[in-house]
Amino acid sequence: MLENLQSQFILNFVNDDRWRYLLNGLLVTLKITFFAALLGLLIGFVIAMIRGAYQGTGKYKIANAICSLYLTVIRGTPVVVQLMIIYFVIFGSVRIDKSLVAILAFGINSGAYQAEIFRSGIQAIPRGQYEAGRSLGFSYKQTMLTVIMPQAIKNVVPTLLNEFIALLKETSVAGYIALEDLTKGGDIIRSRTYSAFMPLIAVALIYLLLVLLMEQVVKLIERRLHKYDKR
Amino acid sequence: MKKKIFSAIMAAAMVMSLCACGSNTASTAPSEKASEAPAASSEAAASESASSAASEAAPTGGKLVMATNAEFPPYEYHDNDKIVGIDAEIAAALAKELGCELEIEDIAFDSVIPEVTSGKADFGMAGMTVTEERKQSVNFTDTYASAKQAVIVKEDSDISDIDGLTGKIIGVQTGTTGDIYASGDYGDGNIERYSKGMEAVQALSQGKVDAVIIDNEPAKVYVSENEGLKLLDSAYAEEEYAICVSLDNKDLLDKLNTALAKLKEDGTIDGIVAKYIKSE
Repeated sequence: MLENLQSQFILNFVNDDRWRYLLNGLLVTLKITFFAALLGLLIGFVIAMIRGAYQGTGKYKIANAICSLYLTVIRGTPVVVQLMIIYFVIFGSVRIDKSLVAILAFGINSGAYQAEIFRSGIQAIPRGQYEAGRSLGFSYKQTMLTVIMPQAIKNVVPTLLNEFIALLKETSVAGYIALEDLTKGGDIIRSRTYSAFMPLIAVALIYLLLVLLMEQVVKLIERRLHKYDKR
Repeated sequence: MKKKIFSAIMAAAMVMSLCACGSNTASTAPSEKASEAPAASSEAAASESASSAASEAAPTGGKLVMATNAEFPPYEYHDNDKIVGIDAEIAAALAKELGCELEIEDIAFDSVIPEVTSGKADFGMAGMTVTEERKQSVNFTDTYASAKQAVIVKEDSDISDIDGLTGKIIGVQTGTTGDIYASGDYGDGNIERYSKGMEAVQALSQGKVDAVIIDNEPAKVYVSENEGLKLLDSAYAEEEYAICVSLDNKDLLDKLNTALAKLKEDGTIDGIVAKYIKSE
């Protein structure tokens, strides 16, 4: 049994330097996740501000309509379909870096979810805070940026980081556009060695470790954010 | 206690229904005997006892599950709601020889062998080339068709022969022999592995890769169905297709080989191949 495991390990990871597929895949996965999270953060923040401004002041009607449409479409379709539409339809006849396609697809997808997270964070701030800001003579923009957002961001940080964790796992469909991410790396090993156990378990463990690591970071940040809270 | 008995019965029933055909492992044989084997096995004994000495789990009236990747015309592909093609028809003829009902399971190509080794399918037939690495995991029957690895390029491509592939981006289907050979010959960095052959060809049409290496017959179909593509005259590699069977299932392997030999002799296989592949 133990010997069998050992020979399986050697076959799947050592022979032909197959571990490289996992390492390279891991780097690709990390790269996509990181930049997609950043892009999503940008999109999410902007959309939440537009939607919030529309709800608060009635301005930006058209922009708000566009944002609603974006949220409906992106949240109503599977990410793997969006990925393939971007690769095979939108960038139909150009040779484009596939990592960029994946970052765009996952970033645009994640942005929709992050927008809703931001919005819920803003809505969670009591209306009195807003009224206090306005009665001190702040404009709407000033109130949002200096009174509401700092409190809102503190509320949404844990949820946002959870979204990043979900995003990390979602990138596992990047193989659909022949991008060699961690999952695809495992698949390639599987297609060479015809064994299911080792490559799949290894891939699963690596994802798990990454998620555990991210959770630790969440905890650390949360603790720091609430350092001055009276509890 | 009742639950336990019930689950035991269910488990036995499952083993029966899944393994009645094809598998002849030590564990299934006794259970079949114990549970008042249905008419099937006695019938089998009558019809097949002459040919196979140890036919306790005689494959008659049972189900034979075939794993394939039905995106590989003309060997196997979806036509309306059915999976058809050379492999599908040969498998149907084989199942008829063995007196079984054929069930075809469509799955990613790189999962065909795991399906067979894990026993979820009785055999795999997916235009699969016999290679040394694959022989470590499964047994192969005698070959039933020969094939080539062809290279598809765009009509206006500057690649004119195999030598021109060096340094180009090559699209392949993950786990196919085209993938394995090309990864070795041209380096991982130059290979783009798609889940489906069709997607690799699509990427070629869109200019995302410079060439696609894939089996000759599907390549012809892809080229005829997509504008602006052509096949290189010289083949990338020559190879032979066979059916894969689990290493533990020698019995089924022998039976398939016997049936294959018979079908080859009476011209059934040639007939099926001719139906799908028009010789130039």
